[in-house]
Amino acid sequence: MAGTLDFSPDDRYNAFITTCRQATFSEGTLAGTAVAVKDNISTARIQTTCGSKILEGYVPPYDAHVVELLRQAGAAIVGKTNMDEFGMGTTTETSAFGPTRNPADPERVPGGSSGGSAAAVAAGLVPMALGTDTGGSIRCPAAFCGIVGLKPTYGRVSRYGLIAYANSLEQIGPMARTVEDVSRLMSVIAKYDPRDSTMLDRPYDHRPSADIKGLRVGIPEEYFGEGVDPRVAESVRDAIGVLEGLGAETVPVSIPGMQHALAAYYVICTSEASSNLARFDGVRYGPAVDTRKTWHEAYQDLRLELFGAEVRRRIMLGTFALSAGYAGRYYAKAQVARRNIKEDFERAFCDADVIAGPTMPTTAFRLGEKSDPLSMYLSDILTVPANLAGIPAISVPCGRVDGLPVGLQIMGRQFEDERVVDAAFAYEQEVRA
Amino acid sequence: MITESDIEHIAELADIGISKDEVPEFTTQFNAILDYFEVLDTVVGEGAPAAGITNIFRDDEPRPCLSQEETLANAGSTEDGFIKAPRVM
Repeated sequence: MAGTLDFSPDDRYNAFITTCRQATFSEGTLAGTAVAVKDNISTARIQTTCGSKILEGYVPPYDAHVVELLRQAGAAIVGKTNMDEFGMGTTTETSAFGPTRNPADPERVPGGSSGGSAAAVAAGLVPMALGTDTGGSIRCPAAFCGIVGLKPTYGRVSRYGLIAYANSLEQIGPMARTVEDVSRLMSVIAKYDPRDSTMLDRPYDHRPSADIKGLRVGIPEEYFGEGVDPRVAESVRDAIGVLEGLGAETVPVSIPGMQHALAAYYVICTSEASSNLARFDGVRYGPAVDTRKTWHEAYQDLRLELFGAEVRRRIMLGTFALSAGYAGRYYAKAQVARRNIKEDFERAFCDADVIAGPTMPTTAFRLGEKSDPLSMYLSDILTVPANLAGIPAISVPCGRVDGLPVGLQIMGRQFEDERVVDAAFAYEQEVRA
Repeated sequence: MITESDIEHIAELADIGISKDEVPEFTTQFNAILDYFEVLDTVVGEGAPAAGITNIFRDDEPRPCLSQEETLANAGSTEDGFIKAPRVM
């Protein structure tokens, strides 16, 4: 079976930046399945913008490894989804192409930065989509829109062709309405690629199992503390109760390094961004730079005009955190904090097989609610630890508060993505039954 | 404490343009974020040991790559098969 899929969605939530009305597909395990791809993942012959004006009109000459794999599996790539500019945001409001709205409540944000992918799935426009997760960008929108999203173990999915924001943290991962579909999409994209030198040859080939008898579920007190909406915490505790009902046992664990996690994360991601985003100079791609001006003048004028405020703020923060006299205080300390957090998780995983808590401290924000950058950053507190530690983490819907979806987050040991998928699957099957 | 002239200096270092009316807002936001980053002063521990870690390089052998035409396809200005950039001097 091979052919062409007609795709003319009613995109009332602004989930897509680009749609492919005639999407071709071939034979394979995903033959004819419509898949949306976040717009920071390179697609040959399809515009790829990262949600930024600085890449408007950029048409990659090659496919990312995950896109090659999708095509080989027969998927029809039907469009590129909206996102916070370069992935820098928690709401999809920093996109140069306008905000995406949350299908669960159009006056609310879908979360970010993979908000377009989450909204497209939640609205039923596609059954599955790819997102990327640097500090929660798959799990946050999955939680806010009421779908499932997996951030794989660092090194499990090739980042070749992903336009880099913060290399040491980010991973491409699957998003869908069910755990089973997330697992199916993961089976397609998690295959070895020597072009990503941080990758290990640990392909994912797994069918979810709902048997979690004897699974030890760690409950970190830090995930239920100050700043977490008590009603969100209650929904998540109820969900953990469901896991216990299925034969899992809970054990208290502690991640004391959490107190440094958010600051460490923002120092590291902005530092890496300040280096990665230097390539956007209007010379090799994107709208043309004025070659009559001097280099610095042309470069600064172009970047002022075409980068949004949040991107420029993060590039400047990273430049500052790496500058002479400050690198020891910020960047070096953040690396130590990161190592401490990784060791906290390793200790916790001696007593527990997975760790569970809320994905986000609250439900979805109103559009425009997080106008202050620091208050937006603080909402990432429960998702960034998994990126710092490089461990897999899934968000699965676990009820609603005031009609808005809540996400249960399940984290696992490095390269035990299968186990977090199974735990999420067991929960999902039980509450759906 | 970061001042408005610090913000202008950082923007210059980062080659990020900043407009005059953005400077006060960026300064306030930077100070709030850096106040929050002060928690890193309480981090205890050592950096990752470099011993035993080595770079892994592949052999320097040519591999398939983009053609010149593909490479230039997205460039804003080109001339005779080269990319045109602003003047450096």
